[in-house]
Amino acid sequence: MNPKVVNKIATGVIYGLVILVVAILAALIGYILVTGVPHISWHFLTSPAQSFLAGGGIRDQLFNSIYLLVLTLIISFPIALGAGIYLAEYAPKNWFTEIIKTTIEVLSSLPSVVVGLFCYLLFVVQMRMGFSILSGAIALTFFNLPLLTRNIETSLESVSSLQREAGLSLGLSQWKTITGIILPAAVPGIITGIILSAGRVFGEAAALIYTAGQSAPFVDYTNWNIFSDTSFLNPLRPAETLAVHIWKVNSEGITPDANAISSGSSAVLIIVILLFNIFAHWIGNRLYKKMTSSK
Amino acid sequence: MTSILKTENVHLYYGEKEALHGFDIEFEQNEITALIGPSGCGKSTFLRCLNRMNDLRNNTTVTGSFKIGDRDIYAPTTDMTELRKEIGMVFQQPNPFPFSVYDNVAYGLRIAGVKDKKVLDEVVEKSLKQAAVWDEVKDDLNKNALSFSGGQQQRICIARVLAVKPKIILMDEPTSALDPISSAKIEDTLLELKKDFTIIIVTHNMQQASRIADKTAFMLNGDLIEYNKTSKMFLNPDKQQTSDYLNGEFG
Repeated sequence: MNPKVVNKIATGVIYGLVILVVAILAALIGYILVTGVPHISWHFLTSPAQSFLAGGGIRDQLFNSIYLLVLTLIISFPIALGAGIYLAEYAPKNWFTEIIKTTIEVLSSLPSVVVGLFCYLLFVVQMRMGFSILSGAIALTFFNLPLLTRNIETSLESVSSLQREAGLSLGLSQWKTITGIILPAAVPGIITGIILSAGRVFGEAAALIYTAGQSAPFVDYTNWNIFSDTSFLNPLRPAETLAVHIWKVNSEGITPDANAISSGSSAVLIIVILLFNIFAHWIGNRLYKKMTSSK
Repeated sequence: MTSILKTENVHLYYGEKEALHGFDIEFEQNEITALIGPSGCGKSTFLRCLNRMNDLRNNTTVTGSFKIGDRDIYAPTTDMTELRKEIGMVFQQPNPFPFSVYDNVAYGLRIAGVKDKKVLDEVVEKSLKQAAVWDEVKDDLNKNALSFSGGQQQRICIARVLAVKPKIILMDEPTSALDPISSAKIEDTLLELKKDFTIIIVTHNMQQASRIADKTAFMLNGDLIEYNKTSKMFLNPDKQQTSDYLNGEFG
């Protein structure tokens, strides 16, 4: 075969594979949206869930998902940032560092049920935190940390070493070079990592069943005292998230409209993830512009 | 002529392997000194000893005496930040920070604690003028430095170094990634700059050395073969090896 033909075949195969991936994705999202969106209404988004009657909403579950995400990021981002900076910039290139990196990768491939049960025993039972958003956030941090750390590390490493040399040759300390030059240049990559891990947090169910719980007790959205039992901000209250709700409605739901609720919830979940992506990119772009160019 | 930087018995090892085999060079103030030689001869390595950029590499040992004035560059008490402000560096690849032109040039000063906007404005303008790039960027000071051409980026990098007022500027093949017109502009810039600064430049381009350098050092395989006035070296070198290299009869 001559090279031109080979090239055409290869291009064709690659196009075919891309079309396949896009088609699967489009079909999946399309199906969820087509079956789910008709069930989404203002009432659906703003009313509490019903256990036995039709017409329940997902107000609390939706809020819980977002709140849990925020809490998880608050816990995991600073840790991941520190670890990522250490691994990318300070860690000596030797076997010990390699072991640390491998360990992080192993942590990221642990089954979520295992992490969930572990956190159930340690935090929920031993440390008496009960089924709570906080327990859930800690469990999700376990998933999030490896992903985020790895991502921040590679984002930092992908910044050209020329930039490091430029900073150091200008008399900047290593720390100042990292925080003033390398980190700003790595912001877009780090944002992508946050988005990926957020998707995982939104979608996670197995680990949360044992940690954040499966119930959404009454909460008062006007009570801003985070120590109050009824406050929506109380991190120690049980909190069923959207993903858990979908699982629960499907597996043991006895409401007459269980199907509609799970379809609607799935569509909401996807839309929220999409909105979060757009929002994070927007924030990331603004942050990047602010940190890199003066105006 | 006053000597500003003096090195004696310079050895450099990568682990066990010796890369620089012990030589002395003295650099004169307000002159341009060119380091020439084939790839791998150690000229960039030597240049990076002068502002201790080799410290960044693991497993690298430098011995010998390096003195700026009468201060030892490798003394344990040397403040690296101060040293690198005194001895600035321009690299082969233009490497502006991903910031605006203004912020690039002002960066070193801001780090040094200068906050006064008027002072910053003045220094930024003066440095960009000295680097002969002011006319091309003055209307776009807030644009990202990476959006300019390679030659402009390199001159922005030179301005960034000038802004912190170093005594000596090290240049590691600063024009090798640029087209001839940009290179010529940078050469003109350097000839202007030597009134206020001392420049040590590594170059692959022998014509460039002959055009701009007052003195030239020819290095080969980690040894200094000849160090002489450029005019003397290119017309009538002392060593046969130098003559061979300059005439392209090398190897």
